[in-house]
This record gives sequence, structure tokens and C-alpha cells, in this order.
Amino acid sequence: MNHLLAALRDPHSVRQLSPAQWDLLVRQTRHANLLGRLYERLCAAGLEADIPRRPRNHLQSGAIMATQQQYSIRREARLLRDALAPYEIPLILLKGAAYVAGRLPAAQGRLFADIDILVPHERLDTAESALMLTGWQSSVTDAYDQRYYRRWMHELPAMRHVFRGTTLDVHHTILPPTARLKPDARLLIEASVEIPDLPGVRTLALEDLILHSASHLFHEGEPDNLLRDLTDLDLLLKHLGRDDAAWDALLARAQRLQLSGPLNLALRYTERLLDTPIPARIRKQAGNGSSGNAGQRLLDLLYSRMLRPQHPSTADRFTSVARKALYIRAHWLRMPPLLLAYHLAHKALFPPKPEALPPMDEKKAA
Amino acid sequence: MKVSALSPAEFSERLAGDGIRLAAGPFNCRLQSGVPEIAGELARLYAHHPLIDNTRFVDFHVAIQPGHGLRRWLRPQARFIVDAIEPFTPLPRDQSLPMLEWGLNWCITAYSQHILVIHAASVARGNRAAILPAPPGSGKSTLCAALVNRGWRLLSDELTMIRLDTGELMGLARPVSLKNASIDIIRNYAPDAFLTRPVLDTTKGTVALMAPTQASVEAVNTPTRAAWMVLPRYQAGADARLTPMGNGAAFMQLADNAMNYHILGARGFEAVGRTVDQCRNFSFEYSRLDDAIAVFEQLAGEQA
Repeated sequence: MNHLLAALRDPHSVRQLSPAQWDLLVRQTRHANLLGRLYERLCAAGLEADIPRRPRNHLQSGAIMATQQQYSIRREARLLRDALAPYEIPLILLKGAAYVAGRLPAAQGRLFADIDILVPHERLDTAESALMLTGWQSSVTDAYDQRYYRRWMHELPAMRHVFRGTTLDVHHTILPPTARLKPDARLLIEASVEIPDLPGVRTLALEDLILHSASHLFHEGEPDNLLRDLTDLDLLLKHLGRDDAAWDALLARAQRLQLSGPLNLALRYTERLLDTPIPARIRKQAGNGSSGNAGQRLLDLLYSRMLRPQHPSTADRFTSVARKALYIRAHWLRMPPLLLAYHLAHKALFPPKPEALPPMDEKKAA
Repeated sequence: MKVSALSPAEFSERLAGDGIRLAAGPFNCRLQSGVPEIAGELARLYAHHPLIDNTRFVDFHVAIQPGHGLRRWLRPQARFIVDAIEPFTPLPRDQSLPMLEWGLNWCITAYSQHILVIHAASVARGNRAAILPAPPGSGKSTLCAALVNRGWRLLSDELTMIRLDTGELMGLARPVSLKNASIDIIRNYAPDAFLTRPVLDTTKGTVALMAPTQASVEAVNTPTRAAWMVLPRYQAGADARLTPMGNGAAFMQLADNAMNYHILGARGFEAVGRTVDQCRNFSFEYSRLDDAIAVFEQLAGEQA
């Protein structure tokens, strides 16, 4: 039973939950990285008093972590701006950091592992040097991975700040250059907007944030965060939908950036799973109503399994197949066949070492 | 119904199956294990804890399972799992029991931001508590174990939890983790206390777990306020001596040892400030446990 999806679709349904069902809801929500977001959602629906004490402690803990992260994200944004400013490189935030800095509803209760920024391709080397001078260093040490990122990817290997420990992904476009879809990063940069209360800090425009979120989800999303990413899209689309004409602009923008495919999937699954309100004409253009061709039906089968909390209680016997299939699909969309074969062969021959966790000294385990 | 009401066979069967569901202070825990040999000692450690039925909300679903594949037999390993998540690398199988305790501590610190969690022992007399924050090696757990065997109630030997709304302390009354020399010291000091067999060569050296006293477990939910903050330091040959500590220094001691001070922001600042204000704060040097206990007796005898 997927209690999380039920609670997200209809917050008031939580009133009927027994303690054992709350137990399962909290576990599923933790696995989907959505504790804080669910808490905010229930509170916004006026249900705070209906959450029993024990589950409330867990949900609230997620929300408190998210609030704390938002302070640090805004601080990092100012520091990054100052690191890049001397070289006249604009700071353009992507994904979660953009939602937080722009105070969008999609920031609600969101936890994240890293900050993503977009830098013009021709300024990438300068930006990397500027960041290294201010304490960011590349966290990937393996030569193959370094080469792989620099040659084939849309981002530098993740950087980590030596003192603050924050992780930074520096993108020069939003999909790998080897991917079949080739959105033009210059269009994204041109349309970026400055944040009023953070001068010098920019984010992608709202339409582009939606398109990036969609293309990320359906190209390379980490399985554990797919549902989290879908709830991002739900919040972003609701925010966009305040202005009815913005829907048409979104579709036109998707075409211009060659991202209609991922957008259509985003509209399909936000509506089907989260009841996101989408105007009829837009649904029709996106092909939401139809069951679609065989390929679409296969994707529905896969995504209906992966857009769930990745918790044993919501898994069935096809879940692990779906997981593998989407892993292959993600790579298939990102690389031409030969490169894919080479990359997968390398990963099979030299599997990445599992990261050794620190011993369980209480201080470190925290 | 208490854990001790289960026969050894029932306990083992539950542990291997649906799990032992028990309440440890504010947290409901479900303990499962595919490593059967820990059952006997585990049952003794949690003998006085109340069992809860399977319709209740559980805060932490934890399990100890044997290593994968060959690591079941070859230099066997144990893994700690909390609801399908494995936060640590496996440890040698004979460290299963300490691993379960460390794992539960991890759950509390990783999942509880609705309270201030301080890396400190705490013990209580009636409804007044002493917080003992200190770096490893300062004798905090030894002193805590000694106090618990001389009439003080154990709240926790590792994690002191402070409510953000009322400022009250919450107890866990879970096993005390004794290291190296302190194992024999406590064995001699409190021959009646139950200690597990020592586990050798952990990252903390040799470890043995001491069961909390029955009185500690039964009174664990008594509302308790912090009355003293005592920073202990074992110093060979030293006389027991309390030295008053300024509020600023005391604040830094608590904040430095808090696991989630940086996450709680203003609420953490207020909780630490309030605790320091309501406590008498000391640093404490000692070498002989009897002298140390006498000093604490004297504190407890003074009016608040």
C-alpha cells in the first residue's frame, strides 16, 4: 500500500490512518526523501493537529533539516557569487538551489545533497580555477571518471568545499553533449533571471526550471529521488499555472529547447500520480489522455514502479527489473551505443568501490 | 508486559522473526536479529523494558543481520540495518551487540531534530538531573555507571535529550557502554550489575555493555529537569574537586557536544541557553569513585 502517494494527493486522508499505517507512511516518506515536504504539505492543509505525536516528530525533523539547509544554501549562493564575480562570470543556480534562492514553493521541505550551477561553456576553465582558489576541490580522483566527466558529460566532476563540506556540481549545459536531445545552453543563460533580494545571483527562468527538472528526472534521475523530483514538478507546475497563458509559453519553450519529450512525460505523470491540475488543451497537446503506443505503455509500466517510495513495502516482483531497465534507458538516452558499451564495460570490469563509511563514533555517525 | 516475561525460547523466536518491540523512553524500537547468539545477553540488557504490541507506531525498525555470501562463514561479519537502509560498513560478527547499540544511537541522532541531542551522559535523583558532557576517555561512562549503581537513575550514558518546548530532559535507560579498564572497575564496584562478555578489538577498544537498573527503566518517563552540568575529568591520584564554571564556558561545553546544535539554529541556541541558566555548572576532577559519589550525594542533598 502506497500511503505516501495517497497522502500527497489527498492530505486529509491521513486523518483515517491507524498508528501502524502512520508507521508505514513515515518509513515510505523517509525512503522518498520527502519527510519535510509532507510535513509542510499537511500543515498547509491545516492538519498539523491531526498528526499523532510520534509520526509528527519524524516529519518535523525532516522539515527542520530542510529549513537549516535553506539557510546554508542562501549563504553558499552569496559566497559562490563572490567567487565568480571578479571574472565576470554570472552565478546561475539550477534545481533545488534555484528553488530556495528564488523562494519558490518547490523549495518547501526539500532536502538536497548538492548545489548545481550553470556556467557558459567557454568560461568553464576560468570558473573552475576561480572556484579552486576559493576552496572548492574536485572530489573525483579516479582517472577514468575524470576523463569521462570532462569529455562526455554536461558537468565537471563534483566539487567539494574543503572547509564547509558542501558539494557543488558545475554544469555547462543541462544534458550531456552526447545525449540525443540537445537543448541550447545559451538560450537558458539568456533567459535567466536575477533574484531580487540576492543581487548578482540568478536562476533559470521558471519555464526552464520546469524543463530542466523534467529532463533530469527522465534522463538521469537517481531512483531514490524520482518521486521527490516529481513532487518538485508538481509544485513548479502549480506555480506556473497561476497564469494560464504561461502553459502555452511552456510548451513553445519546450519545442525550442528540444525538450517536449521529457515535458510530456512530466505532465503525464504529475497529473496521473499527483493530480496536478493541467488545462485540457495542454493535456491534449501533451498526449496525456491517451494510453499511447507500445513504447509509452512500457514506460508507464516502468515509471509506475519507480515513481514510488523505494521502500520494500511498495515493491513488487517487477521493481528490480524496472530499476535496471530505467538505468539502461537513462544511459541509452545519454550516450551513443558504442560509447555506452565502452562505458558499461569499464564499469563492469572496474566496479566503483563502495565508499567506506566512517566508524560508528557517535560524533562521526551523525 | 516486560521483556523479562518472555522465556528465552520466546525471546529468541521473536528476535529472529517479527522482532522484539519495546519502548525505550520516548522511542519505540523493533529489534530483529539474524545473528541468534546475541539473544541471551540482549534479553538481559533490556529485561525491564516494556514490550509494546504490533499495532503501535515504531520509531526505529532495526536489525542485525549476518554478512553477505562468504562473509557468513569466512571471518564472519554482521550488518546493521535500519528499515532497509545500511548506514555503516559491516563489523566482525562478535561485535553484533555493541553494533546494535551504536546503531540505535545513530538512529536517534540522525532522525531526531525535534529535540536537542547532546553527546553526554545524564543521571537523575528524583526529578533533578546531572548532565555529564565530556570527550571520550574522560571517564564519563565509568562515572555514570558508578552513579547508577549508587542510587542515581540512568537517563542515558551517551545521548542526553532535551525537549525544545519545555526544556525537560528525556531518558532512554538503555545499556551503558563501558570501555577497556572501566569494565573491571565497574565489575568490582557493582558486582550485582549485569555486564555482557567483553567484546575485543572494536574501534573503541574492548567494550562491555551494562544493563540499566530496574528503577531507571521503570521511572524513565518521570519529568526531569537539568539541575547540574558537571564536566568530569579522570586524573590519576587526584582528590575529588568541583570547580564552578562560568555560564559562557558552560554554554560552549553543551553547544560543542550537541549533535544537532547546527541544525536547530535559534531553537538550539535557546535550548542550550535555558539549560545552562537553570543548572549549576562545574568542572570536576576525580580519581576514586567513592569520593566522586560522595560529591554527587552532597550536590543532590542541597536545595535547588
